[in-house]
Amino acid sequence: MLSSRFIKTDKPDHWFLGILFVVSVLVPVLNLLVPEESMFHFSTYSVTLLGKYLTYALLAIAADLVWGYLGILSLGHSAFFALGGYAMGMYLMRQIGDRGVYGDPVLPDFMVFLNWQELPWFWHGFDMFWFALLMVMVVPGVLAYIFGYLAFRSRVSGVYLSIITQAMTYALMLAFFRNEMGFGGNNGLTDFKDIIGFSLREDSTRIALFLASALAVALGYLASRYIVSSRLGLACVAIRDAESRSRFIGYRVENIKLWVFCFSAVLAGIAGALYVPQVGIINPGEFSPLNSIELIVWVAIGGRATLYGAVVGALLVNYSKSYFTAALPEVWLFALGALFILVTMFLPKGIAGIRRRKAAKA
Amino acid sequence: MSGLVSRQQLVLQASLLILSSLLFFLVSPAYGETLSLDDAWKTLTVKSYSKKANAINAIAEHQPPETLAVFNALLQGELFYSKRDKKLYYMSEVKEQYQFKALFNEEVITQARKRGFKKVKVNNKLRSLIRQNLAAIQLTDSDGKIRLNAVNELLKRSGGDDGDLNELISGLAIQEGDSNVKMAMQLLLAANVLSSEAHAQHHAAIATLGASLNPAALNALNRYSAPSEELKTEALKAVKSIESQKEFYSILETIFFGLSLGSVLALAAIGLAITFGVMGVINMAHGELIMIGAYTTFVVQILMPNNIGASIIVAIPAAFIVAGLVGVAIERGVIRHLYGRPLETLLATFGISLILQQAVRSIFSPLNRTVETPEWMSGAWQFNEVLALTWNRMYLIFFCIAVFMVLIAIMKKTPLGLQVRAVSQNRTMARAMGVRSDWVDALTFGLGAGIAGIAGVALSLLTNVGPNLGQAYIIDSFMVVVFGGVGNLWGTLVAGMSLGVANKIMEPWAGAVLAKILVLIFIILFIQKRPKGLFPQRGRAAEE
Repeated sequence: MLSSRFIKTDKPDHWFLGILFVVSVLVPVLNLLVPEESMFHFSTYSVTLLGKYLTYALLAIAADLVWGYLGILSLGHSAFFALGGYAMGMYLMRQIGDRGVYGDPVLPDFMVFLNWQELPWFWHGFDMFWFALLMVMVVPGVLAYIFGYLAFRSRVSGVYLSIITQAMTYALMLAFFRNEMGFGGNNGLTDFKDIIGFSLREDSTRIALFLASALAVALGYLASRYIVSSRLGLACVAIRDAESRSRFIGYRVENIKLWVFCFSAVLAGIAGALYVPQVGIINPGEFSPLNSIELIVWVAIGGRATLYGAVVGALLVNYSKSYFTAALPEVWLFALGALFILVTMFLPKGIAGIRRRKAAKA
Repeated sequence: MSGLVSRQQLVLQASLLILSSLLFFLVSPAYGETLSLDDAWKTLTVKSYSKKANAINAIAEHQPPETLAVFNALLQGELFYSKRDKKLYYMSEVKEQYQFKALFNEEVITQARKRGFKKVKVNNKLRSLIRQNLAAIQLTDSDGKIRLNAVNELLKRSGGDDGDLNELISGLAIQEGDSNVKMAMQLLLAANVLSSEAHAQHHAAIATLGASLNPAALNALNRYSAPSEELKTEALKAVKSIESQKEFYSILETIFFGLSLGSVLALAAIGLAITFGVMGVINMAHGELIMIGAYTTFVVQILMPNNIGASIIVAIPAAFIVAGLVGVAIERGVIRHLYGRPLETLLATFGISLILQQAVRSIFSPLNRTVETPEWMSGAWQFNEVLALTWNRMYLIFFCIAVFMVLIAIMKKTPLGLQVRAVSQNRTMARAMGVRSDWVDALTFGLGAGIAGIAGVALSLLTNVGPNLGQAYIIDSFMVVVFGGVGNLWGTLVAGMSLGVANKIMEPWAGAVLAKILVLIFIILFIQKRPKGLFPQRGRAAEE
């Protein structure tokens, strides 16, 4: 394999990438070529749903990178995800143009509604796709850099770091709920029409978004694998297991932490940017600290420090969430809660741990 | 006739003598002959306003039992008379119908229109005459509160140069037994002096007004057009002193609000200060333990609906026991297996919080419940005209401090507290000395959970009781504990109070949400600077 020359990949990596590839070929084929009456037809709704799960999977990879390999339990990743989503949402809002309810050529509906006269400065440039894409990565990255620079330099770690990342998310959520912030307040951004000229209602656009998500997961996975299998990755694990010792040996612990944390935040931002056009809305609820904790649980269930485990966990939990909330809404929180407890108590290495244990026995 | 009436009143009450003779001057501008009561009632139905004024003065002097009702009805335009026999009626609208009640007998007429009746019209001059009369009547009421209200009413419209009224008030002020009423009367006199031409008395009047926080005093001073430079500067000084005093009291009020918010924060965080601070368990289910306490209060109130006042007192131990038992169950069932793995504890307890939330939703429905506030908690303590401290906030602050004291006493003076501290400092050594550490762990967690339950009782009185109650407080609680310094109970109290005050100080110019965001950002930055909080634990135990 081409990749194996640069990146040390393992057997499960091949499996994972293989399955991802097969799925991304099969799904469009089943959706576009198989007639709707056929039992093999894959509905557009399911394509979008799967696409959404894939963005969650990318987010989970980002979280696993910092938690699994660096020992940073970040409860702020939903903030990076939401910020990426808002950057994309702002681009999609600008694309609506004069097709909004109030028909203003420049101002989004909610600004007209709030009687604003002109576009706030931070909304400028978002009519250009490349600029929005840049911001999707820059905004979470810069926030992570500032936050990480302060936190890692003063050696805030462990539980304290978790709590202040949670505080950051919470503060951002409260801020985005305010109408004065200029991000649509409570309702967030929605009613999107099209993306780079393609209508979001078209099946083909949805397929393209799904494929983009799959590609992003694959690339994010490979990049993360590259990092963790490089010398940097080994240093990360060393920091995770014995921070002081690594520092005494001579590693610049805060720099390593900072750069991996920023990379992870950028991955989360990209995931958010892919999430928004598929779901069609972004609101401050995405910042909710609850989401961050759920994300950690996906990783814990799949298995920490494996990367593919994070993807498996994200897909599994979200699929069962979709199923349960539709079929047995009262049971869902019981089931999720029990899952948290059981996994942490009996499956400390997650689902990936089962495979490893078997491999160790054999 | 008037002499006879005066004599009767003299027999009744000495003070009324002064009143009635003064009233005579006050209310009879024409010094004409007073009408008899019967004539007065009849005269109310004539057209001429000056004749009606005579009638009103006559009624005020005779003071029949109907006086207050009639005067009020006149002011509200609800006094009517029938066109046919000129009898007087009170009008009221009942279910889109007009109801006319006769003044002197039980007759009630209900009809869809006002046909056959005519309103007793009053103009502005009559209205002020009626109001003055009403005030004069109320000023001699035996109830101090009514007297005070009457003076305050007059104060709102003070500044008229009304010699008769001043004479009346100064006469009454001498006899007044209630110091509050007396002070208000003196204010009124001073305010009236300022708008009079008696310049010699202005100095004293300004001094009186300057010492008062009554808004009318400030109004009177602001309105004052001083005849001389000296008086002008004096009045300005008085205004300044009032305003600086008001500012002082408004700062006091802000601090009071801040302390009561701080008490909420501290109460919510105390339980966590034990489970997280002392034991090191990241208890994400802490908010739900608070919620359980709140629901316990709700259930206790349902069980004793006739005793709302006592129910809160009963709810405190009940909530402690219920939440404490749940806490012990959580510790025995889950947390015990996860000691030494703090991040896993976070996830498992978060799972517990989800289960508890859903359990409450299934048992009590997802709708919010309200807990009734007992009567002894309502009302306010009126410190002076500008500062009123509500009782429920006061109780909250006292309650918070009381809970803290009890907790500190438990931790410092009881064998359990000693063992808790021993286990948290050096588990192995404590075990070697014969401390049953698992038993201590369970009890400590139960204690923290029970205190969270008690906080729930207090919070149930402030907000709606719902499944999401706990989530609203969990992040704040962690902030307070981390800010105060983990493992330090006093730190938690100080942190809660100072965050509450900071929040309230920022609120006026930043708004509630922005103030909260700023506080969060402050804490994030603060932890960078001092990762161990305000009061870090010192000594070997704090090192890991």
